[in-house]
Amino acid sequence: MHLDRRVRRSAGRMVANEPAWLRRLLIGTAFFIVGWLIVLPLVYVFWQAFVGGLGLFWTNIWHDPDTRHAIWLTLTIAPLAVVLNTLFGLAAAWLITRFEFPGKPLLVTLLDLPFAVSPVVAGLCFMLLFGMQGWWGPTLRAWGIQIVFAWPGILLATMFVTLPFVARELIPLMQAQGPDEELAAISLGANPWQMFWRVTLPNIRWGLLFGIIQCHARAMGEFGAVYVVSGHIAGETDTMPLRVEKLFQEYNNPGSFAVASVLALIALGTLLLGKLALTHLEPPEQPESESSQ
Amino acid sequence: MSISIRGVHKRFGQFQALNNINLEVPTGKLVALLGPSGSGKTTLLRIISGLETADEGTILFQDQDVTERSVRDREVGFVFQHYALFRHMTVFENVAFGLRVRRTPQAQVVERVRELLRLVRLEGLEQRYPAELSGGQRQRVALARALAVRPRMLLLDEPFGALDAKVRQELRTWLRRLHEEMHVTTVFVTHDQEEAFEVADQVVVLRGGQIEQVGTPTEVFDHPATPFVMDFLGNVNVFQGRLENGEMHLGPFRVDYPQYTHTESRQATGYVRPHELELAREPVSTRSLSVRVIQLNPAGSVLKVRVHSDDLGIELTVDVVREQAAQLQLRVGDAVFVSPRNVRVFLPSDFTI
Repeated sequence: MHLDRRVRRSAGRMVANEPAWLRRLLIGTAFFIVGWLIVLPLVYVFWQAFVGGLGLFWTNIWHDPDTRHAIWLTLTIAPLAVVLNTLFGLAAAWLITRFEFPGKPLLVTLLDLPFAVSPVVAGLCFMLLFGMQGWWGPTLRAWGIQIVFAWPGILLATMFVTLPFVARELIPLMQAQGPDEELAAISLGANPWQMFWRVTLPNIRWGLLFGIIQCHARAMGEFGAVYVVSGHIAGETDTMPLRVEKLFQEYNNPGSFAVASVLALIALGTLLLGKLALTHLEPPEQPESESSQ
Repeated sequence: MSISIRGVHKRFGQFQALNNINLEVPTGKLVALLGPSGSGKTTLLRIISGLETADEGTILFQDQDVTERSVRDREVGFVFQHYALFRHMTVFENVAFGLRVRRTPQAQVVERVRELLRLVRLEGLEQRYPAELSGGQRQRVALARALAVRPRMLLLDEPFGALDAKVRQELRTWLRRLHEEMHVTTVFVTHDQEEAFEVADQVVVLRGGQIEQVGTPTEVFDHPATPFVMDFLGNVNVFQGRLENGEMHLGPFRVDYPQYTHTESRQATGYVRPHELELAREPVSTRSLSVRVIQLNPAGSVLKVRVHSDDLGIELTVDVVREQAAQLQLRVGDAVFVSPRNVRVFLPSDFTI
């Protein structure tokens, strides 16, 4: 740890030794890129949303029943997907870090698949499985269950795309912490439930929160997979990102940007929460002393 | 609470971790499981605790078969090598954990935790977090936490392994005293023979998943049952020699060995500890071996002298006490004579003393 710090400090000195013009150039470039690629579009979204005044913004958001439905749908589906993925992530991280079983490396690899596969492809897969021309679609229809072009399909697509977030965050954390504290709890008489709530969960809470936040941000904004499975029926299966696109295609810029600004606002809030979780995730360095009293 | 281990086997894949272990730990004793890494000592401790299950064999606490019981139902206090303190809980809450999960009333929890923190001399640190404690303090919190629920026995995995030399020494003495006060049957794992001898009533030497010897520290040190135990318990000089007619020939040394009366000569190995060799300027008897001093190492209370025998082509280590070292005035390159006070002889394989 000491060595680490020394290395970092000397690295800092090296940067400080660069000529001033180079430093200014590098810093300036960084701000320029972030400004043009991130800040400016964001500001533009809000400017477009509010350029017609607060009244028009409110009308666009609230008095268009299709938009209202889209907001409602996203605010229902995204949290539901997050809850389900949190449960899955906890279970998967637990299984992977605490047990040895055949096929474990394969499972870990498969867990990353949703990051690698294009969401549109994922959506198409769901169509093939659950659509009327698909494998199970007719059977499910006969039972009166509709998956695609309905909310269960949207939920499935959202879950697929956001599946790895919680597990990915927890696995390295739980691996580093090891099973000893949990074993200690059990040896002291805790039942598995008490062990989970009193030892496991408090130890992973910030990592878990960060995973949930990432999962949530992605779930809110998912477009490709949902676009394919939802059939984007206005007032029925349109989510917020789909609604933004549709309004934009209909040349309703104020409406489109109003919805977009709400999405952006939620994203910013989520980001701030994530920042908070991250500061807790990196514990302050503890002075290591070995003296006994 | 006594512990009986009967016919325990354990395998990890191809690796035989424990092979037919039979061991009795009497009530109230402090027992050390001693062995090099890979000897199975930690596995045995974990099987006693229930953290690991044996492939074969039974574990009895007193007369009760606990083989099928989980660690939760065995009521043992287990102290992990790296303490496994709950990092998000204060010292107080760590010690209170076992009581809290048993839904003990708050007043009793407070009383018991206070009592234990006094016992491990950590009063005043109740509100600290594990990260704010030194290694020795963490170790004592782990002990207090294990003792809080009044376990039937205390099991410690390398209890002083992660501490520096001075703290280690203090804690050893302290653990010994604690044990005398509490009289809880205690088993601890160590690879440090000094630690085992200093703390334990009984030492169990393990090697390759098997028990080599069980005995008091004195028994094990003075009468090692096998060459391995001899070698493992500190430095030793090894001589190759021949055995015939009740005598052992190790170069110029001759040692009586009445157990072997055959006239047929056979290979044997003699072991002499460094403090059992004597150095002199003049040959003491015909048994003295002429050697040359090649290194002098003052090591605390003794002077460690490395000598080389040109006749036998071997190096030996001799411990010389300080007063004698002062008399001898040894310098590197001096020619001196060495003679053994005591030699232990082991025949290869089939029979040993």
